[in-house]
Amino acid sequence: MTALLTIIIVLFVAVALWQMVKIFDLAQVGTSNTQVADDNDNKINGYLMIGFLIFIYVITILSFWYLGDLPLMSNAASAHGPELDSLMIISMVVIFIVQTITQFLLHYFAFKYRGEKGKKALFYADNNTLEFIWTIIPVIVLAGLIIWGLFTWNDIMNINEDDDPMVIELYAQQFNWKARYSGGDNVLGKANVRLIDIDRANVLGIDEEDPNAQDDVIVTELHLPLGQPVVFKMRSQDVLHSAYMPHFRAQMNCVPGMVTQFGFTPTITTAEMRENPDMVEKVKNINELRRDRKEEIEEMGQELVYEFDYLLICNKICGKSHYNMQMKIIVETQEEYDAWMKEQKTFPNSLN
Amino acid sequence: MSATIDTHSHDDDHDVHHHKETFVTKYIFSQDHKMIAKQYLITGTIMGVIGVIMSIMFRMQIAWPEQPNVLFEAILGKWAPDGVMDADIYLALVTIHGTIMVFFVLTAGLSGTFSNLLIPLQIGARDMASGFLNMVSYWLFFISCIIMISSLFVEAGPAAAGWTIYPPLSALPMAQGGSGMGMTLWLVSMAIFIASSLLGSLNYIVTIINLRTKGMSMTRLPLTIWTFFVTAILGVVSFPVLLSAALLLIMDRSFGTSFFLSDIFIQGEVLHYQGGSPVLFEHLFWFLGHPEVYIVILPAMGLVSEIMASSSRKPIFGYRAMIASILAIGFLSTIVWGHHMFISGMNPFLGSVFTFTTLLIAIPSAVKAFNWITTLWKGNLQMNPAMLFSIGFVSTFITGGLTGIILGDSALDINVHDTYFVIAHFHLVMGISALYGMFAGIYHWYPKMFGRMLNKNLGYLHFWITAVCAYGVFFPMHFIGMAGLPRRYYTNSNFPLFDDLANANVIITIFAIIGGLAQLIYLYNFFSSIFFGKKAEQNPWRSTTLEWTAPMKHIHGNWPGAIPHVYRWSYDYSKPGHDDDFVPQNIPMKEGEEELQH
Repeated sequence: MTALLTIIIVLFVAVALWQMVKIFDLAQVGTSNTQVADDNDNKINGYLMIGFLIFIYVITILSFWYLGDLPLMSNAASAHGPELDSLMIISMVVIFIVQTITQFLLHYFAFKYRGEKGKKALFYADNNTLEFIWTIIPVIVLAGLIIWGLFTWNDIMNINEDDDPMVIELYAQQFNWKARYSGGDNVLGKANVRLIDIDRANVLGIDEEDPNAQDDVIVTELHLPLGQPVVFKMRSQDVLHSAYMPHFRAQMNCVPGMVTQFGFTPTITTAEMRENPDMVEKVKNINELRRDRKEEIEEMGQELVYEFDYLLICNKICGKSHYNMQMKIIVETQEEYDAWMKEQKTFPNSLN
Repeated sequence: MSATIDTHSHDDDHDVHHHKETFVTKYIFSQDHKMIAKQYLITGTIMGVIGVIMSIMFRMQIAWPEQPNVLFEAILGKWAPDGVMDADIYLALVTIHGTIMVFFVLTAGLSGTFSNLLIPLQIGARDMASGFLNMVSYWLFFISCIIMISSLFVEAGPAAAGWTIYPPLSALPMAQGGSGMGMTLWLVSMAIFIASSLLGSLNYIVTIINLRTKGMSMTRLPLTIWTFFVTAILGVVSFPVLLSAALLLIMDRSFGTSFFLSDIFIQGEVLHYQGGSPVLFEHLFWFLGHPEVYIVILPAMGLVSEIMASSSRKPIFGYRAMIASILAIGFLSTIVWGHHMFISGMNPFLGSVFTFTTLLIAIPSAVKAFNWITTLWKGNLQMNPAMLFSIGFVSTFITGGLTGIILGDSALDINVHDTYFVIAHFHLVMGISALYGMFAGIYHWYPKMFGRMLNKNLGYLHFWITAVCAYGVFFPMHFIGMAGLPRRYYTNSNFPLFDDLANANVIITIFAIIGGLAQLIYLYNFFSSIFFGKKAEQNPWRSTTLEWTAPMKHIHGNWPGAIPHVYRWSYDYSKPGHDDDFVPQNIPMKEGEEELQH
């Protein structure tokens, strides 16, 4: 039905366009038949430039109005998140100031200085002071952003071993994620894809002889204790994947043949996040939209009512089902985490 | 500059009158730069139409996921069973759309057309340094187009690993259907394309250095020529690196080497590859890939600078600063590639370095934008369609360029990398902008190419619909990206988290469809005006550059008599002391007149 509607709309637009083309084409006959802009063209297009300036401002405001709550740009759920968010907000403010001013100047000048017969333009070829001003201002602003950005970047990427971070492996394959906890020793057992033994359910290729592997725990749902620094060691067995955890402002590619890493400290539990007013409103909105598409959603086999969960999603094109490669992340209190962990099988016990 | 060489005056007669051309030598295997330019333009246009149709199809899939559509059934055939687009072909469409638009339209179609048309005409040369190489360059491009198109009809599907073709996905046919024969053809096509581009670039460089007419010093060159010059140098420096990446990937795929592959277990078996690294491929790819962005945008900047000056009836503001910023952008563009790889697993320290160099490139870009705006100030703006597209160029270049501050910042890139934010950014700053530059160039130099005028009213209609739709498509996309929606997803319906973005995606798609249809106006205008357009006068836009002194009817050697000499820079518009509001470059200085440009 939607498809049919689309095609009809497209057809109508095409016909309308064709009619306009014809009208414009015919409007040529009888006029001066020059194809160079005359005063009238300059005037009309000059006014349209102002119209377009307003259009740019309106689309900016509308985008903020309807899409501006940006739940992934506020309420960061990791320790480094808020700093990153403030850098983001500062950058956005700079961008919007510059955007508003420069677009105004551009379109206003296009309107103000629209051509008229007999008018002569000002011969103004150069001004070193002006060039200096608009070289130095970006230099200063960018220097500030670069310095702040680099400090933030270093904070995030340099994992502080003194914090004693919990080591967890994220393991990517077409098209799912697994996580391996390093257990009590906090050291992951050695692993290589050459050791994968599907028959024995050793799907991560872990060295069964390695003493460090004996307490490893493999799961398909990631649980993180609140406030505990975590460092993820990432592997992929086939193609590039990217472990994207937007709520934690975390992302790193998983590269076959090497181990990459990213660390953060979760600061908000799943339960707390579900009660965050922004999130409550977002979820309510989503559920209203979902109710309207009830049949479609049930047909897909999803639950109708959406409940918020943190997600790990794949963000590097990895093949046919790239669009459905996700793992649930649950942030919980230490006690809840310990209780959950107790129920998991260690690696040796998970083998056939 | 004293090094200017005037090699042509002695063989004028020889060059001009002797040819008896057959249809084949005139229209097909032509060695005349003006004909080759038209060949590039028309081939690029056809590729552009294919690229745009693809984008509209995958946009429809994003807006109305998995809905049956007769359009898909008709065009995609077996790839759309019951009219529902298949997930593999979705990725293939995204991949080939990117490849076609970046390389075949905005590199060959834009740079190929205007470098060929304008370099000899604007510097005052009879033709390119080597007409034969120029012809070979076009035909290699043509062959690569044919191969790329034919890859669409491969049994297992065309290449589908994204236009960046990162291995191992692109290297292993087991990973993805499109990584079989489709990827082989993609690589072969690109290898031939690179050969074509290199021949073209070498020719441009040699021509600009050696064949400038008497008086045409480097500091009198129109900015178009400067941008073509730097673009060609960038192409020569960076394209060979992509060629090496493509060749190594072919070796990994077909001869069992391990340049980019290591430790892979796929579909139940361990592959023998060991010791290679996909990150190496990413470095090689982006060593071209980033300069490529500037290979696309620099010629557009040159065209826009020229058109803005001519249409404002004012000299371009800050000519020297413009040249300096072109050179700075050219240089910096070769040392920023790592900003595509902040989260690739490379050393974070390297990320810091690339953040620094990347944000530096914003400075010359800002200088250029301000200079364009100042060029308009107190001008006498002639709102021809070419001028509208030039103003549109500056507008989208600013809007798209500003978000580069976020993406170039390694810390911020963590959260928006590979989301729709990136798509919005690069489509505005290099896609739409370069396309606007190309349209501006076509509207401006159409009389030079075809001897006829384009219909201006259709041009206005074309511009205004395109302008509104370009913002309508890409502006909201920033916000979708900041909400975390990853790119290259066949459907978002597996993530209820993103359900509230569905309506925005529908609106974007509607804008995309209307914007795509608006290009029909242009196509109609373009092709009908070749035959029915109003005959162009000698210098319809009253410009100063040399190409408008050549006869409108194309002849071999460009000028029937001697090549004009140049006495001034190309921006003497509205110069005090002259009656006309422009003084062509071949008009000698009056007594006591000063060359005011610096």
